[in-house]
Amino acid sequence: MSTLRALAKAQALAAGVAQPVATVRHVHLSARPLVLVPLAMAGEAHAPLAALVGTAPDDARLLVVPQPRNRDQRFAFVAELAEVVLPYLDSFRGVSEAVPTDRGRDVRYRHVDAPQLLVPNPAGVTFLRLLGRSSRFRHVDGDYPVHPAVPLLGRWLTFFAERAEQPGSSALLAMTEALALHWATGQSAVEDLHLPALLGWIDPPPGLTGAQAAARAEDPTVCPPAGPATDPDFDNRVLAPAIDAYAGAGDDEVARAAAYAELERVLRGQLAPTWELMWRGVGLLAGLPAGARVAGRWDGDKDAFTGYAEHVDSGGGPQPRRDGAVAAARRLHRLERAATSYAVQRAYDDPLVMAEHRLAGEAFVAEVTLADPGRVDDSGKRPVLRPRIQVVTTEPVLVPAGATLCSPVRPAQKAKVVFLTPAEGKTEVVLELSGGMGRGLTAPPGSVPEVGERLCLTTLSDAFLPAGAFPEPEETPWTHGGPPPTIEDVDPE
Amino acid sequence: MTNTAQRLAEIRGDVPPKRHNARTIAALTGNPGCTRRAVLDGAGVDKPRLAERVGFPARFGQSRFAITRGNAFEARVKADGGAELLRLVAERLGVPVPAAASWTDLGGAEDLPDRHERSRAALTAPGDDAALFDHPLLGLAVAGQRVHLEPDLVAARLAGRFHVVEIKSFPVVDGQADPAKVSGAAIQAAVYVLALRELLAEQGRDPELVSHEVVLVCPRDFTNQPVASLVDVRRQLLVLRRQLDRMDRIEDLLARVPAGFTADPTADPATLTAGLSTVEARYAPECLAACELAYFCRQEARERTGAMGRPVREALGGVADVAQVLALAAGERAPEPEQAEAAALLRAAARLRAEALAR
Repeated sequence: MSTLRALAKAQALAAGVAQPVATVRHVHLSARPLVLVPLAMAGEAHAPLAALVGTAPDDARLLVVPQPRNRDQRFAFVAELAEVVLPYLDSFRGVSEAVPTDRGRDVRYRHVDAPQLLVPNPAGVTFLRLLGRSSRFRHVDGDYPVHPAVPLLGRWLTFFAERAEQPGSSALLAMTEALALHWATGQSAVEDLHLPALLGWIDPPPGLTGAQAAARAEDPTVCPPAGPATDPDFDNRVLAPAIDAYAGAGDDEVARAAAYAELERVLRGQLAPTWELMWRGVGLLAGLPAGARVAGRWDGDKDAFTGYAEHVDSGGGPQPRRDGAVAAARRLHRLERAATSYAVQRAYDDPLVMAEHRLAGEAFVAEVTLADPGRVDDSGKRPVLRPRIQVVTTEPVLVPAGATLCSPVRPAQKAKVVFLTPAEGKTEVVLELSGGMGRGLTAPPGSVPEVGERLCLTTLSDAFLPAGAFPEPEETPWTHGGPPPTIEDVDPE
Repeated sequence: MTNTAQRLAEIRGDVPPKRHNARTIAALTGNPGCTRRAVLDGAGVDKPRLAERVGFPARFGQSRFAITRGNAFEARVKADGGAELLRLVAERLGVPVPAAASWTDLGGAEDLPDRHERSRAALTAPGDDAALFDHPLLGLAVAGQRVHLEPDLVAARLAGRFHVVEIKSFPVVDGQADPAKVSGAAIQAAVYVLALRELLAEQGRDPELVSHEVVLVCPRDFTNQPVASLVDVRRQLLVLRRQLDRMDRIEDLLARVPAGFTADPTADPATLTAGLSTVEARYAPECLAACELAYFCRQEARERTGAMGRPVREALGGVADVAQVLALAAGERAPEPEQAEAAALLRAAARLRAEALAR
């Protein structure tokens, strides 16, 4: 927790309403997201109980499992969910765009947009991950055949759950996390996991403070939990009799239909409030302007979606239960790069996030007092344009001479610290600039900061991070278990 | 009745002390610095009722479905005189699977002293043969009182050592389980290890015969097939022992509690609320998952930075009070000497925040 964010929490508590910790939106919001509110059966190993799913507030489809302990009904639920999710995914596969690669010498194609799944909380993401895990290895023939859509949906859910691990991806978002990224409440992180309480802080109903709204949201009789876990009291008093009535109806069609309708009614009653909150959350996020680098990250999601769709089309197998040594190392490397780049991009996009780095001594704002835009360094083989500027700041400067700084407004330009002169209450810094000024020996107008300009200078760099080199799986070194066995890891279930 | 026991009886009210179980003992380790909790639990106060009386009822319901599933899985694992269980545990421990093992069910009888005696006799009887003991009744001293534990667990004696075996119904998918559930099970198992060790030590046997490695038996993946895992509970044992020692010195804690303090749930709610506020609590958000009184304490600690979580308090330079944080940040309050650094940080943070939001 940064001090700036903690201070925002203290302010939220005093003000009785959540305080912004971002000035722009850092997640992509689809024009047509698929909202999914799942419920799981208590005690069972991730057995689905019900879900509300749909792409518009007035278009919620309710899926119910009348007997969650019955395995056939579980997979019938997955097949029904697939009827909603798979056509939604396919709807993004119509149009592709050309993307130049290899410095413009070649092009590749990707879909112009990608699907976005929204669930209430991180537990919802875990639920989808495990639903994917339990479905993607199912067979359409053999001992326990399932509908062909089941393993397919299982792979797609696994794909989304894996994207959700990648920092900066918006393919599958937990609403509580997306909201907490932009607002600080006066309650703890544990309490922020409860979507109704979190929204109570961000957007309290008239006449209530955030704390009062959150306290009210904690009463499961007023505000059902946002899932996937159900309220134990609801289980015991309402759900258990309804499930028993359905089971007791046996072959009596009329009684069974009545019992099913009752189950639908009580489960809808638990899901509908969360459904409303999900769309309120979407509305709140949509009210923020998107950060400048959000679209670039969404391009990454589009690439991933296109790539996986092609993998499925070409008959590729399901994701393995566990990564091999090389795949695990690659994945970790990819996630670390994504985390670094996401942190930098958020700071570049948002002065409020950059303020956290300023407080930590990784950035400072300074005013340009001297500028020599035409300075040429001819000490090398070829003369090169190396303008120098002097800036003055009242903020503490913790970087040493020789360090390389960047500025969000000119991300392609590097500024090397030549020397620092601390004076009373301020610091003068002389910087030598390179990059972002064209190839000639005169800097184009605007490419060199002018006297009087206020600049944010930071050690954070959004420069391209080269990917690490990894051996092929067949060449896994013995230190990492050696090459994997060639026989496919068959799921014994 | 000793002075302390009398004092605790006054605090508890005119009811027998609430019985501890492994779950409540395990919960004691959650917030060791909380005097309020140590005193109330030491006295055996009916905390759920107390919380209800002061207007902040706890929410620790358990779903019928979860209970049914837990019982069904346990029955399955223990079926056939524990043959399957024995194989799982032996294979996991890497010892040869014995051809047979005796199965002693120590549960059932209502009479506590008798059951306790039977458990003691069975578990400390000489002999090294493979044996499984179901539902042993164990005892542990908590705050100077003997607490009986009736675990749904099996103590397995294999290759001359005892292992605590806990059967839990949360799944292990691809070798991974919910970390929160595993750590909860580990600390509960540690309570049993400690109780079993005390039992052996009382009989002059080596307490180290009880292994610090407990066996957790859970459903594998999405099936009902059991899978056994080993969990090392040495760290939990340390924590537990430290907290139990602390509660043994309940006299020291009582010295800090005003005379006449009562948490008797039959008392007037206003008296209870006023009384509770005289006993120091240390609320943290983690309490919500472990202590019945947490909602009351949270309300009380509302204006404290620690109520938003320890990381928040630390990020605010350790300043405890929200109003003070804001006053320091606004420069409206002169910092105490030890707050100088925190105040400078808060002022800088407030300035940067205001600047970024003003754009």
